[in-house]
Amino acid sequence: MRNSPPLLAYAILYLVFLYAPIALLPIFAFNDSVVIAFPLSGQTTRWFGQMWNDVQMFNALRNSLIVATSTATIATILGLLAARASSRFRFPGKGGIMGLIMLPLVLPEMILAMSLLVTLLAIGVNLSLLTVIAGHVLICTPFAVAILSSAFASLDRSLEEAAYDLGETPASTFRLIILPLVMPGLISSFLICFTVSLDEFIIAYFLAGTQPMLSSYIYGQFRFPANVPKVMALGTILVLLSITLLAIAEYFRRRGIARTGGKDTGGFL
Amino acid sequence: MTDRPTMIAFQDVHKYYGDYHALRGITATIKAGEFFSLLGPSGCGKTTLLRTIAGFEDISSGVVMIDGKDMRGVPANVRPTNMVFQSYAIFPHLSVEENVGFGLRRDPRSKAEKGKAVDEALEMVGLKGFGRRAAHALSGGQRQRVALARALILKPKVLLLDEPLSALDKKMREQMQMELIRLQRQVGITFILVTHDQEEALVMSDRIAVMFEGEIAQLADPETLYRRPGSRQVADFIGTMNFLPAEVLSEAGGRVEVEAQGFGRVTLDADQCMGQATGGAAVGFRPETLTILFDGQQPADRESWAEVEEVVYYGDMTYYDVRLDGTDRAMRISMRNVFGRPVLDIGTRARVAWSPGALVLFR
Repeated sequence: MRNSPPLLAYAILYLVFLYAPIALLPIFAFNDSVVIAFPLSGQTTRWFGQMWNDVQMFNALRNSLIVATSTATIATILGLLAARASSRFRFPGKGGIMGLIMLPLVLPEMILAMSLLVTLLAIGVNLSLLTVIAGHVLICTPFAVAILSSAFASLDRSLEEAAYDLGETPASTFRLIILPLVMPGLISSFLICFTVSLDEFIIAYFLAGTQPMLSSYIYGQFRFPANVPKVMALGTILVLLSITLLAIAEYFRRRGIARTGGKDTGGFL
Repeated sequence: MTDRPTMIAFQDVHKYYGDYHALRGITATIKAGEFFSLLGPSGCGKTTLLRTIAGFEDISSGVVMIDGKDMRGVPANVRPTNMVFQSYAIFPHLSVEENVGFGLRRDPRSKAEKGKAVDEALEMVGLKGFGRRAAHALSGGQRQRVALARALILKPKVLLLDEPLSALDKKMREQMQMELIRLQRQVGITFILVTHDQEEALVMSDRIAVMFEGEIAQLADPETLYRRPGSRQVADFIGTMNFLPAEVLSEAGGRVEVEAQGFGRVTLDADQCMGQATGGAAVGFRPETLTILFDGQQPADRESWAEVEEVVYYGDMTYYDVRLDGTDRAMRISMRNVFGRPVLDIGTRARVAWSPGALVLFR
């Protein structure tokens, strides 16, 4: 099995299929032609310049960053509370409640977006960034709960008891013992929720009202062929940003494991 | 030991987990400065009882008193007890000295004084110079010591130890047993140890409470527990005990006359007679209380003939399974191997000496 040529070929094809389109982003971002096609026709950085001067794009980016940061913060806090409750306490209906919290993970986003829109309009809430944040929190919280549940599950219950035993209150125990030990989980959760929110399209499109969001803005730009190279430049920057975020998340995850002396059982990278 | 004041008092303590009756009316006292063990098989309630002292477990009814104060409603963080956990519960993100000094956070003393206290505590457990190490880089035995130092630095009235040695290998465990005894004598604090290892309890304790199914079956010093187990269940749990069917002939003036298989007619004192026999009366004896008489040895005043059915050689000891004449089952005898004395073969006929004082009657 180890040196099977068909398997190797399969693996290579698989990776090409996954990553070649992404590799095309920077290629065409620097290509001196409006047409996205080979052969390439010389290098240029003017698409980046065009992008840089696009006020609408910056507006959309700002909105998306506000939404992503707020969503990641709120979802991580909600996830922390839910994960703590489910790992530490037994209460009636726990299975059902946890199931309902996790459900948006498998619910079609289309349905969520539609039902949210209908409900918000019916109760007379104006669409704004706040409504997008609410929608994104709904879909991001399951990710946060999943990540933080595993962080809490690996936490030895007697660590908490030891801290009480040594004179600490439940509040100070949480701050001194639990929080530092689940911190890598919190950072991972924040970064993943941030990423999910940043590139989410349907809810952002439905619930943003008149506010431009990055994902819907990018989609809109494809209607104008002249704007496509500019979007390629933006995409290149977003890829770099994603890799950086992922690397940071992985750094904290590994540092967390090293600090607690645990065994590394795989991560993002 | 008897004149010491009471440190812990349990009065009819019950604990229910839903329908499960985990503690069934525990009444006992533990004296100040005592090394006390809670011994029993898993699920007997010994850890639950320990946790009611620490304040991690509410009790359903009854009273737990520490140093004369009722502990009802007193949370774990203000009780005068500290605990060494089975998993040690060393804070993995802190250094050794941060772990040991953790309980001093609310101590008003200066940083230098606290640092000195940490150093002293580390020295006491033999970890001098380990302060700056990361806690997760320590071995099992070292973690154990950090957990001890962390608990003892607060000078609690009672130190609670929840199976602290169960994760260590045999050599390390024996070494830590001795160190715990030394440490307990040095600090004079009441130690309460939970263990399922009867040998460990016998070696370390001043007194032992043997627990079965949420109740204390017997509370006594190690020697009494070993020589005069209060029931067959206790006798079976602590060491090895042989049993032979017996019949009570007469009882008068605190003396009981018994006809025991293999031993014949013997008269026992009242303190040799225990209750709670299942399946008829029996006499019990420990393996070392029967001695094989070798050729040329003086006849003993009570002796029987027996046949060797099995021989297990242990180096310093040999275990023989012998069947006394007039009995239908083999009894285990342990003999210390003495230079120049042969190890007997299976099938050998041997004289065995015994003493009525070593017998215990269960009826």
